[in-house]
Amino acid sequence: MSRLALVLGAAGIMAVLLLVGLALPRWLLFLVTLAASHGIVSVGILVIMRGGLVSFGQGLVFAIGGYAAALSFTQLGITDVIVLILIGTLAATLVGAAVGPLLARYTGIFFGMLTLALSMVAYGVLIKSPAVGGSDGFNIPRGTLFGVRLEGAAGDYALYALAIVLTGLAATAVALHTRSARGLMTRAIHGNGLRVEYLGTSVQSVMAINFTIAAALGGLGGALTIVALGHIEPTFAYWTQSGEFVFVAILAGSQSVTAVFIASLALELVRSFSNLYFPNTWQLALGLFLLAIILFLPAGIGSLWAGRRKAPATGAETQA
Amino acid sequence: MDGLIYASWLFVVALGLTLVFGVLKILNIAHGSLYAIGAYVAASLVTLFASWGLGGHFALLAMLLAAVGVALVMGPLMERYLLRLFYARDEVVLLLVTYALFLILEDAVKLIWGVNPYYVSEPYQLFGNVAFASLFYVGYDFALIGLAIACGIAVWFALNRTRSGKVVLAVIFSREMSSSMGVNVDKVHMIAFTLGVFLAAVGGAFTAPMISVQPGISVSVIIVSFAVIIIGGLGSIEGAAIGAVIVGLARAAAVHLMPEAIYLVMAAVLIFRPEGLFQRAAARKI
Repeated sequence: MSRLALVLGAAGIMAVLLLVGLALPRWLLFLVTLAASHGIVSVGILVIMRGGLVSFGQGLVFAIGGYAAALSFTQLGITDVIVLILIGTLAATLVGAAVGPLLARYTGIFFGMLTLALSMVAYGVLIKSPAVGGSDGFNIPRGTLFGVRLEGAAGDYALYALAIVLTGLAATAVALHTRSARGLMTRAIHGNGLRVEYLGTSVQSVMAINFTIAAALGGLGGALTIVALGHIEPTFAYWTQSGEFVFVAILAGSQSVTAVFIASLALELVRSFSNLYFPNTWQLALGLFLLAIILFLPAGIGSLWAGRRKAPATGAETQA
Repeated sequence: MDGLIYASWLFVVALGLTLVFGVLKILNIAHGSLYAIGAYVAASLVTLFASWGLGGHFALLAMLLAAVGVALVMGPLMERYLLRLFYARDEVVLLLVTYALFLILEDAVKLIWGVNPYYVSEPYQLFGNVAFASLFYVGYDFALIGLAIACGIAVWFALNRTRSGKVVLAVIFSREMSSSMGVNVDKVHMIAFTLGVFLAAVGGAFTAPMISVQPGISVSVIIVSFAVIIIGGLGSIEGAAIGAVIVGLARAAAVHLMPEAIYLVMAAVLIFRPEGLFQRAAARKI
């Protein structure tokens, strides 16, 4: 797919979604908004995962984006949602740029564990901070868009449109990035990092940049979520939240960015329905589903239409 | 002192985790669920025994039986029919498989035992109180420390001083080489995994009297035991022991101020000594 076709395709999908949104009931609108905001975080995981690493701590940047946006609202009195989202994204990007180079030195399980540890530290700090609501978190009222207060059905639609457009733009940028020389290098690192080093590229700097991109996407997702949800709490940084992002990324596979949003929407739908009908077994269904995907569709649901390229290199050849 | 008690059962659980990682190269997220299952089965069995009029020291037997039962059922089942399918894949994929298992087991436990907490505090009184430096401690806690030490020594002895233990070490060193020397690697894997499950279940079974057994205990356990084996070095018994003591003491010292100090320690260790505090850095392999 050429770059132009990709951009046009993405624009087309966004336009269709914006039109469809006019006809959707409000609960579904809200669900899609959340799915888009969560999906973009998983896209970030995908960026890292293409290099053969899995981050179990995306909850960290998700929470940072969310808290930065929410605090700007309550403390600084900024109400424009676009500004809030920008602040959240920026905050997470800064954190990502700070810890990215540190994390990039690690491979395999160590990377996963270190990201997990960092997000759990953040969770612990947030719980112990009465200034930001402790374990209960805090609420923020609906923001404004271009000076208009986002209320009622129109407000919901505006947030939906915002989520679609912003995540759509970000996802398109990621898709373009994966086709760039640097993006393709990530794939090569998954294949054999040592050879990439011998060829004269720094694995660390590529992975650090990937992590920073993922952090930016995580912050965007976090900020979008709290703007739509109106509530934030420390569980944003808890590892089960991070696990959900990983789940969506695995489900989608690393071949298609669109698949991530479909997987994310599927998760949100399953969650809300099973909360209603069988609240105690939905994790079980989730686990079984995850196993089935890993077993039968190792490249994710994206491989169903993105062409069956060979599954990512298997075996223990990834360097220690 | 509280730190040591905490450290002792943590060590037992982390020992299982580090053993499984050492032999099978799997970081088992579902380990915490196995701990929880051990605790639940123990709680049920102790209650059952009590209803037969077998109280007192039979409760200890019930807890041991629970752990053995859980290990014999869950270990071979998980290893043979699930994990084995994924050995050829990345370590990261295996991590995700065990994460899926964790999700499944978590809800399975809720389905079987419900969401209400269980209390079996009767065995906790079994050993009376012990006076120690003008303070009174519950005897059961000392028994627990003894159990942890016994487990540690037993595993260390079995690995380093017996023939089958040396076979296991050979498998850890090189799966292929031992297989070509006539070692049944599949069998070693299964036994090692079952032993790991057993240790998790023992940890769960013997802490059951001290806590209220309820959903959610697995989550806290798994994260903390990760921290333990990361601090001590993946796949190292001595490391797990020292890691457990560090985490136990750190937690006792900081539990009211900041229990997350453990994760800070873990992050610091990962940053400065990714191989663990007490392991030599392995040479980089191509």
